[in-house]
Amino acid sequence: MMDFFTPNVYSYLAVSALMFALGAVGVMTRRNGIVVFMCIELMLNAVNLALITFSRMHNDPAGSILVFFVMCVAAAEAVVGLSIVLAIFRNKLNIDINQVNIFKW
Amino acid sequence: MVEIILFWLFSILGIAGAVGLIFNRNPIYAALSLIINFFSIAGLYLSLRAEFLAVIQILVYAGAIMVLFLFVIMLLNLQTEEKAEKFDAKRGIAFLFGLAFAAEMIYALRSFASEGQTPLAAQFDYGQVEPIGRSLMTSFLFPFEMISVVLLAALIGAIVVARKHTYT
Repeated sequence: MMDFFTPNVYSYLAVSALMFALGAVGVMTRRNGIVVFMCIELMLNAVNLALITFSRMHNDPAGSILVFFVMCVAAAEAVVGLSIVLAIFRNKLNIDINQVNIFKW
Repeated sequence: MVEIILFWLFSILGIAGAVGLIFNRNPIYAALSLIINFFSIAGLYLSLRAEFLAVIQILVYAGAIMVLFLFVIMLLNLQTEEKAEKFDAKRGIAFLFGLAFAAEMIYALRSFASEGQTPLAAQFDYGQVEPIGRSLMTSFLFPFEMISVVLLAALIGAIVVARKHTYT
């Protein structure tokens, strides 16, 4: 009985997969541009959790260092994404991503 | 025992935060749910003995990035997303896809369940600041330097995209 509740590698990976799936559903269903960006951050975090779990499993620094780099790139991505959202808001006065389709033909 | 309780607490809290993010129609509430999620992920990092990354998670994600998001949400003064009046087939397909993805991942990773406790019980040398800094400065020196270029490009790109265009 206790064995089921004791966390092992699989429990962490399952939590990570669930969070990634929830983030993917959010990206596909939400229409608010900022919330879509937040869902992308959630997916990045889910992947980070899996990376740290594997890094711990193999006692290898590469996973931890990769998480560090992912965080840096996520910070850069958030800044650029939010400035794009600001630019869209300035042109359309809302950020409904269903109305941002000027590249569609 | 404490470890078990903390793992379940943080994983349930994290998944609850993720659910709150995708179901709250008010963007501010969604952002606050995401902050709960980030704190619980930091707790999971701590339970994996990755102390440095847990601190960085709270500082960079829950601190800097989410403050930036909240700042932009309040700057734009968004109204809550109105409810879709009829059932949308696209949303249904998206939920089906998410469910299928989660089920597939949980099924595909099941071989790790048989490894039991031993991989997590093994020692982990890369949670502290010193070993991470050492490997950043030795084997990962080039990507570490390239990160500065990425951050500079993001800085310039954000200014160029977000400024008011005056063609004079």
